[in-house]
Amino acid sequence: MLTFVLRRLGSAIPTLFIIVTLSFFLMRLAPGGPFNLERPLPPQIMENLNRTYGFDQPMWRQYLIYMGNVVQGDLGPSYIYRDRSVANLLGEGLGYSIKLGGLALLVALVGGVLAGLLAALRQNRPLDFLIMSGATAGVTIPNFVIGPVLVLIFSITLSWTRAGGWGTGSFRDLVLPVIALALPQLAVFARLTRGAMIEAMSADHIRTARAYGLPARSVVGTHAMRGAMLPIVSYLAPCAAGLLTGSAVVETIFAIPGVGRYFVHGALARDYTVVMGTVVLVAVFVIVFNLIVDVIYGLLDPRVRHD
Amino acid sequence: MTGFRRGGLRAALILGALMAGASPALAEAVLHRGNPGEPNSLDPAQISINVESFILKDLLEGLTTFNAAGEAIPGAAESWEISEDGTVYTFKLREAGKWSNGDPVTAEDFVYSLRRVQDPAVASKYANILHPIRNAKAVNAGEMKPEELGVRAVDDRTLEIVLERPTPYFLELLTHSTGLPVHRGNIEKDGAEWNRPGKLVTNGPFMLEAHIPNDSLTAAKNPHYWDAEAVKLDKVVFYPVEDQAAAVRRFEAGELDMIYNFSASDLERLRAAHGDRIRATPALNTEYYVFDNRAEPFSDARVRRALSMAIDRDFLAQEIFLGASLPTYALSPPMAGYTPAQADFAALSQFDREDQAVELMKEAGYGSGAKPLDITIRYNTNPNHERVATAIADMWKTVFGFNVTMSNQDVTSHYAYLQEGGAFQVARAGWVADYGDPENFLTLNITGNPGFNYGKYSNPDYDALIAASYDETDHEKRFQILHDAEAILMKDQPIAPLLHKAELWGLSARVKGFEDNVNNEHPSRFMSVE
Amino acid sequence: MTDVFSTNATPAPDPGPNPGPGAGLPLPEPEAASRSLGQLAWLRFRRNKAAMFGCATLILVALFSFLGPHLVSHSYDGVYRSYVETPPSIHPRPDEDTLRAAANTLAVRGRVTLESFEVEDGRFTAVLISPQAMDPRVARVFDRSDVFKEAQVQAHEDEGRRLVLTGGVTQETFLMGTDSNGRDLMSRIMLGGQISLAVGLLASLVSLVVGVLYGAVSGYMGGRIDNVMMRLVEILYSLPFVFLVVVLVVFFGRSFILIFLAIGAIEWLDMARIVRGQTLALKRREFVGAAEALGLTDWQIIRRHIIPNVIGPVIVFVTLVVPKVILLESFLSFLGLGVQAPLTSWGALISDGAANMRSAPWLLIWPSLFFVVTLFALNFIGDGLRDAFDPKDR
Repeated sequence: MLTFVLRRLGSAIPTLFIIVTLSFFLMRLAPGGPFNLERPLPPQIMENLNRTYGFDQPMWRQYLIYMGNVVQGDLGPSYIYRDRSVANLLGEGLGYSIKLGGLALLVALVGGVLAGLLAALRQNRPLDFLIMSGATAGVTIPNFVIGPVLVLIFSITLSWTRAGGWGTGSFRDLVLPVIALALPQLAVFARLTRGAMIEAMSADHIRTARAYGLPARSVVGTHAMRGAMLPIVSYLAPCAAGLLTGSAVVETIFAIPGVGRYFVHGALARDYTVVMGTVVLVAVFVIVFNLIVDVIYGLLDPRVRHD
Repeated sequence: MTGFRRGGLRAALILGALMAGASPALAEAVLHRGNPGEPNSLDPAQISINVESFILKDLLEGLTTFNAAGEAIPGAAESWEISEDGTVYTFKLREAGKWSNGDPVTAEDFVYSLRRVQDPAVASKYANILHPIRNAKAVNAGEMKPEELGVRAVDDRTLEIVLERPTPYFLELLTHSTGLPVHRGNIEKDGAEWNRPGKLVTNGPFMLEAHIPNDSLTAAKNPHYWDAEAVKLDKVVFYPVEDQAAAVRRFEAGELDMIYNFSASDLERLRAAHGDRIRATPALNTEYYVFDNRAEPFSDARVRRALSMAIDRDFLAQEIFLGASLPTYALSPPMAGYTPAQADFAALSQFDREDQAVELMKEAGYGSGAKPLDITIRYNTNPNHERVATAIADMWKTVFGFNVTMSNQDVTSHYAYLQEGGAFQVARAGWVADYGDPENFLTLNITGNPGFNYGKYSNPDYDALIAASYDETDHEKRFQILHDAEAILMKDQPIAPLLHKAELWGLSARVKGFEDNVNNEHPSRFMSVE
Repeated sequence: MTDVFSTNATPAPDPGPNPGPGAGLPLPEPEAASRSLGQLAWLRFRRNKAAMFGCATLILVALFSFLGPHLVSHSYDGVYRSYVETPPSIHPRPDEDTLRAAANTLAVRGRVTLESFEVEDGRFTAVLISPQAMDPRVARVFDRSDVFKEAQVQAHEDEGRRLVLTGGVTQETFLMGTDSNGRDLMSRIMLGGQISLAVGLLASLVSLVVGVLYGAVSGYMGGRIDNVMMRLVEILYSLPFVFLVVVLVVFFGRSFILIFLAIGAIEWLDMARIVRGQTLALKRREFVGAAEALGLTDWQIIRRHIIPNVIGPVIVFVTLVVPKVILLESFLSFLGLGVQAPLTSWGALISDGAANMRSAPWLLIWPSLFFVVTLFALNFIGDGLRDAFDPKDR
């Protein structure tokens, strides 16, 4: 197991290298640069900016310089947020995103699996339909609709919660963004759990266990759950990576100071270094979570071997 | 030490929040000010939009500054003299002027700050605003040393600025954020982190207390400010809210006292609930469509005029923007002392405009019975731009029977394409004044304006008049020259001006001291809360 | 626990429940066997009431979207300038008060004053006054609006300072209201439905096929191949999507196929991971070993034993991908890829509606309703398919 983890971590380095290289050139292929503003800059000033940030160098040199800095752990300055470095921007925002995303992940996972279990155990009964309808609505209604509606009800009409901003990070401040962020994922977990549970319970060994008179709870808890966990665990990796690196939509609607906004805003403003920072961030999260998931596979089902 | 400070700050914030809810009499006077975006920088040399300058002008005070009514008033300078030829400005600084660390504000501080803006290594985006200062352009190009800039400290309290040539709007230029001073010791000591909370030294009514990017920026009253006694607020908290609808919701939930630039579709509802606390003020900006003057058929002024005449601007203003925009037939918005030259068809009814437009189009050989036209309108993605394009496409279809399509791109791609001289037919563009002078609008279309003359319009008469305006020192005569130039522009219609967007502000019942003004300057210094 | 698994695991001749022909095991008559399996699944599917209800709903929505535009009088891009943001109503608009207001607006635009206005039997009579003599062409101002037609000057009194106009009134019915440009929302929902159904179903299908194949191959082959294939997924997952789209637009221009490419490029990644996870567990099961012993090739095993057994989570997941894809399409339009105004999609209509939800709630409610109903239908169908093809339930 340890050699497997180490080998995977080793293979992360070339993966990251490819990601950074591809992203670097992909970004430079897009039209415009960070200084193509609605108000065009006089050539003189453009020249000063280009010189300051090294855009006057040939592309391959810019790439080598950038790679050299990245290897030393320097992600460079932001071209838009001129007082700040990428490390500084992402460093300040990531804490907020991880806290919000972590809470949302917890809510989605616990709530979704419980709801899915309930639905599976009451298959094709009213409770099942109720939960699955809720789940379908949850996946379907986008969070740019759910977010504002929640605010209208709970912040403006009832004055129970905060309408936006991080505030002090209390329950009252964060409950709405967490719900908006968690709801679609909760629905996904509920559907995956229900489907997998129904399948697992109909499997022969479960039927056998039941036929032998093992108590229902133990059958569900130990036998069925193990098999049913697989798709949930598989989905956990992209879901966790997505939630923890912030959501541009939810952060914008609730004015959360996280890093999610940089994915879209950074790209629209051609803030290359900031976008690269987000790329590296996502890559690291995805690689790490995929590794964790692969390890869990082995623990859940000893037949899964990493060879 | 830092731990203690941070803890104390948090306690103060919580306490402030609690007290604000409990009893206003005991509470600090805190203004919660919505700001439609996170400032890209807190360095006066680097900022570019009003969202940023609202904050910086509360923190830093230039030689001149604005009062609540948006009029330029003495700031760090208590008085000034202008030499007879209009090229030497001598400012007398206030004796009581102090930085937030207690240092006096000296002429040397301004010399340092103005040189810094022109320093090519600083790479200020708006350095060209102050290029009228002698040698500024050369310094900015790295051809001269910063010491050669035409700015000199005669003594601690006397600052002399020498210009390249008379620039009648120079005092207007100085109110731009590039004219704000910075503290030399602060920058030299704290390096890249000089403008962070606890480090930034300010000379304005407020100082930087806390800043969480994308969440809030807290400015506390500066006790060393020369007019601190008159500042009624203890704190101003700026909340960067990019999403207009989110800002409105936070305003309605009572979290924000002020919101700026919300969507026009909220105007009616907010007015019903908040009455005259919702303000729509004409402002110095113009929304327009550019025709590609280089190629057929838009190289023909008759085609451009006809298309422009067929646009029902009243419909755009009233139905699309619900009165939050004003129709315009001139490029420059009206400003103090200057009446823009409107296109000749401005006086006609829309009905006559359309009749004449059809005739004109026929004369040029297009329209019903002649060649049909396929027109594509390019715009940057934005719901408002899309609605305008949809409406105008429909107008051109109805009046001329043309086939009009639309094409959108993200904002950077759109402007990069236009600035690099890409061919187009009709493209959307807009301009917001840097300073309150028509020159700022009218130079956009001079021949060879790098980057901005998207349609590559060229008329030597127009260029000559704009050039002549720089040599005219008499305000009224100068405005007359600019007016004549604008008349030529409006006759040729290389661009079709559409609307002046109103600045929308929402104020909670607590806010006092806010005055509508065309410069859209609203310093917190003059505001208070109840 | 493993004991239970090993003693009771399904033996080798677990038939591949692929719906297509030739999907069964190499039985003596594979064609016949698979057809009957397909028929069996179809029978089971037909008995599933919820699934049939889902099918019926989906067909209705499709009919509404594709046939609807031929049956309504408003086009999706027709601008009715007098009907900007009109709320939904089953009654024809405008009523007399609205007509009077419209006449007043027109009079102001024609720079005259409306003295009186009456409507009777679909005809209007308006009296206009002005301090100066009026141009009789003012009648055309009324004609040009969407509500009045055939306006004629009946009387030209007081040296042209008083004008009596008569003419017909055009009334329009907007069942779902109009948008902020004065376009009929129902027609736009129909058009949006065509685009969103096409994009949602096709792009999801693409991601389904690519994701399932990729995941199954990666999981089944294992070892180095799996490692490389999964690293590729990680690389694609991390690439900056906005730039990817912008670059696609620059190099290939706008085209409908590009939407599938852009969406396809990312949406199959999660699917591949899930299928791979299932496959890792499946390939150690006895029936796979038995199939290997029978001498089936890797490809045959993947096709007949792996893929049929991952269908459960796959179908659940695909029903989640469809709404994601439909909403993603509107983000692509934002970047200039995908459908351009005045064309539209449900995603674009919903995000437009969300922006105006307080001033014009119908702009959000109607498109969302169609969207949600369609997704419910797809979910029922998905669950029905899963049950019908479940290899263990046979």
